[in-house]
Amino acid sequence: MPGLPTVLSIISSFALFVLFLAFQGKPAFEALALVFEGAFGSSFAWENTLQRAAPLMLTALCVALPARAGLIIIGGEGALVLGGLAAATLPLWLTGLPPLATLIAMGMVAMLVGGFWIGLNGWLRQKRGLNETIGSLLLSYIAIALFNHLVEGPLRDPSSLNKPSTVGLDYSLMIGMISEDSFRVHWGLVAGIVACVLAYVLVRHSVKGFALDVVGGNVRTARMLGLPVNRLVILTCVLGGAAAGLAGMYEVSAVQGSANASLIVGYGISGILVSFAARHNPLAIIVCATLVGGIEASGSLLQRRLDLPDATTLILQGLLFTNLLAWEALVGRITQWRIRLEEHANKSKGAEVQHG
Amino acid sequence: MRALSLEIIGASKSFGSFQALAEVSLTVRAGTVHALLGENGAGKSTLVKGIVGYGPLDDGELLVNNRQQQIRTPRDSHALGIGMVYQHFTVAPGLSVAENLVLSRGDLNWRIDWPLERKRLNEFMQRMPFRLDIERPVSSLAAGEKQKLEILKQLYLDRHLIILDEPTSVLTPQEAEEVLGLMRDMAHKGDISVLMITHKFGEVSRFADDVSVLRKGRLVGSTQVSATSQEELATWMMGAAESAADPVSQKPVDPSAAPRLDVRELSVANDKGTLAVSKLSLAVRPGEIVGIAGISGNGQRELTEALLGQRQSASGEIRINGARYQASRREMQREKVFSLPEEPLRNACIAGMSVADNLALRNFDQPPLCRQGWLINRRAIQTQATALIQQFNVRPADPLRPIGTLSGGNVQRAVLARELTDDVRTLIVSNPVFGLDFASVAIIHQRLRDARAQGAAVLLLSEDLDELLEMSDRILVIHEGEINFEVAADQADRATLGHYMAGGGHEDQRAAGAA
Repeated sequence: MPGLPTVLSIISSFALFVLFLAFQGKPAFEALALVFEGAFGSSFAWENTLQRAAPLMLTALCVALPARAGLIIIGGEGALVLGGLAAATLPLWLTGLPPLATLIAMGMVAMLVGGFWIGLNGWLRQKRGLNETIGSLLLSYIAIALFNHLVEGPLRDPSSLNKPSTVGLDYSLMIGMISEDSFRVHWGLVAGIVACVLAYVLVRHSVKGFALDVVGGNVRTARMLGLPVNRLVILTCVLGGAAAGLAGMYEVSAVQGSANASLIVGYGISGILVSFAARHNPLAIIVCATLVGGIEASGSLLQRRLDLPDATTLILQGLLFTNLLAWEALVGRITQWRIRLEEHANKSKGAEVQHG
Repeated sequence: MRALSLEIIGASKSFGSFQALAEVSLTVRAGTVHALLGENGAGKSTLVKGIVGYGPLDDGELLVNNRQQQIRTPRDSHALGIGMVYQHFTVAPGLSVAENLVLSRGDLNWRIDWPLERKRLNEFMQRMPFRLDIERPVSSLAAGEKQKLEILKQLYLDRHLIILDEPTSVLTPQEAEEVLGLMRDMAHKGDISVLMITHKFGEVSRFADDVSVLRKGRLVGSTQVSATSQEELATWMMGAAESAADPVSQKPVDPSAAPRLDVRELSVANDKGTLAVSKLSLAVRPGEIVGIAGISGNGQRELTEALLGQRQSASGEIRINGARYQASRREMQREKVFSLPEEPLRNACIAGMSVADNLALRNFDQPPLCRQGWLINRRAIQTQATALIQQFNVRPADPLRPIGTLSGGNVQRAVLARELTDDVRTLIVSNPVFGLDFASVAIIHQRLRDARAQGAAVLLLSEDLDELLEMSDRILVIHEGEINFEVAADQADRATLGHYMAGGGHEDQRAAGAA
């Protein structure tokens, strides 16, 4: 039952969430109902949810792909903002191409920059022995600092007064909605779903994915089999980073219209939660991203109706993540315990099992 | 005399169906250093864990100062004054020497009177044959000093029988010399008795009074060091001659054939960065099994890892079929290089993956397991697994079960199925039957002979001399990372091999120099 910890953690974190609200004297069950209403209650709520889920699918891949090779990368935010920045600035230099070609070039350069950034993590780990979790976190801070410096400095559009931004994209370069009337969600959702499906095929059905599982499972064995361990690890990092970079490109060209501080709203961070909830399975990421996107989308409704602070949904996300880790550890222990019990039952010889 | 004597009578212990210790009896005389020799898995650690109560013995009696004692937990052994120094340090690196010593006592009040404790510690240090500044942080101590702190801790806790588990494995030769010399002197003064696990002959002959040898969980012999020789001890450790089977009549090796596996002046560093293998050369011809004998820890592990591609070599080269070999997958598949490393779960399997996937590790990127060059064909993996499980009798016969849940013999059989079904031209084998039951051993040896008969070049590294004499065409002896002896297997005798495994001539010279 691979999904068991996720299901259990959703149940337990909602229970804790209810307690948390009840403790403050807020109408807990009403709030819970509002979370569902705000996330999935109407077609507008669905659109809002999916709009937020789209980048989460891509940033979750930035965690899930390296995780196949045994790495825990938490720096997707950095790849996203740099990818977005690269996409926003490319049209300033690359003029004269038809809009579609420019958009494709923007996507490419965003993926390239994001892939380079996370690939750098993989390289530092394999060649310099740097812990990839710490390394990716620090590189993410550097990326955000670099982003702020460029957007508020050399790349700033002088006409952006209150909110420093890069020069706005031409209207022809704005990616529109999938359907203006009936389904107002931008095309990033399609990109996210396609990327997840492709990633699923890669990890579950391809030779490379199998090799990645070997590397993630036991590096000594991978070396004994002659697998190019370093190359495989760096490859997953590059692919994951490319996905996060692409998320940045869609945020710029479908939502913001330029690169500015609104890119740094934690999509990279929430992607970690999504990937862990999906147990690094790319198809499950689609579902979990929708769930987390829904929780985020319900924030404004909670604020309007119950006068709860905006951070309330962050509390719920945090509960979800801690519960997930707790249940994962517990379920693992329960499985071990069950196997031991079975073995005990199988041993009819009466040989005593030594504990400890 | 404050030193304790210890008598062990009929100590036995089994793990499941595996008998780790069988009826071992030996005596540590008060005020002596007693060495416990044996290969990996001989039962040394099991025995001393029984004595200190970490893993109580199933059966057997312990007499401390001639009185029978029950030791069920470490508390019992500590109350009797028995303590153990582990192979790896158990000191807290963030604290000072004084803090480490004081905190190791279990009887502290809620408030520690540090001025008083320091005064007592300084008085204690004055009485000791070797001292450490009690204010120094442990993180600033060298390995030898940490080892001394471990020993001081035992003395501070008033232990008069001290067990050392491979005390010198983390020390430089000079540090080892010093620490063991101090222990011996304290024993001869009657302060302590020492039981020391080791597999270095030099340490036995220079520092121990008595020696006992364990092999496969049984006591082979127990004697005074002065009454024995290194050759005799080597024979005891490696197994007596009675079980040597007649070499099966085999096709002779073509001496003019070009070597298939050719190792030239290979140097490999260990984890600490010092050379474990230095300028080692060897060659294996097609249809030949070359055995490498040696006491463990003489570079076999690093050599195997370098040959398997798990460790980078520092210099030198490996050639297969005349061409330089970098242990890449393409080279392995082209030259048909396979291997049976020791500890297959650690070195050759992925514990969490299914048996079927583990059986596919060599050929998952080749048809029919892979379609169109990039798609994995799960059904073909399943079919292949079912066939191999049947053929090699892997139990339980469930291809979807994680391989980590299988018993050791079945894991090794699964690896054998993966590595030896194809056409094998070069085979690197390390301790292939370690810890396996009789039936599995027979299957594995038969498969190795089959591979040889089909013209494979086989390099067999083993700590079991019986296995080497039975299987090999030629035997090389490795000592301190160098090949110091070579002999055709039909002319090999244990005494000569033992002599070279113990270091040949130059070990004796060093002993004379140190004395």
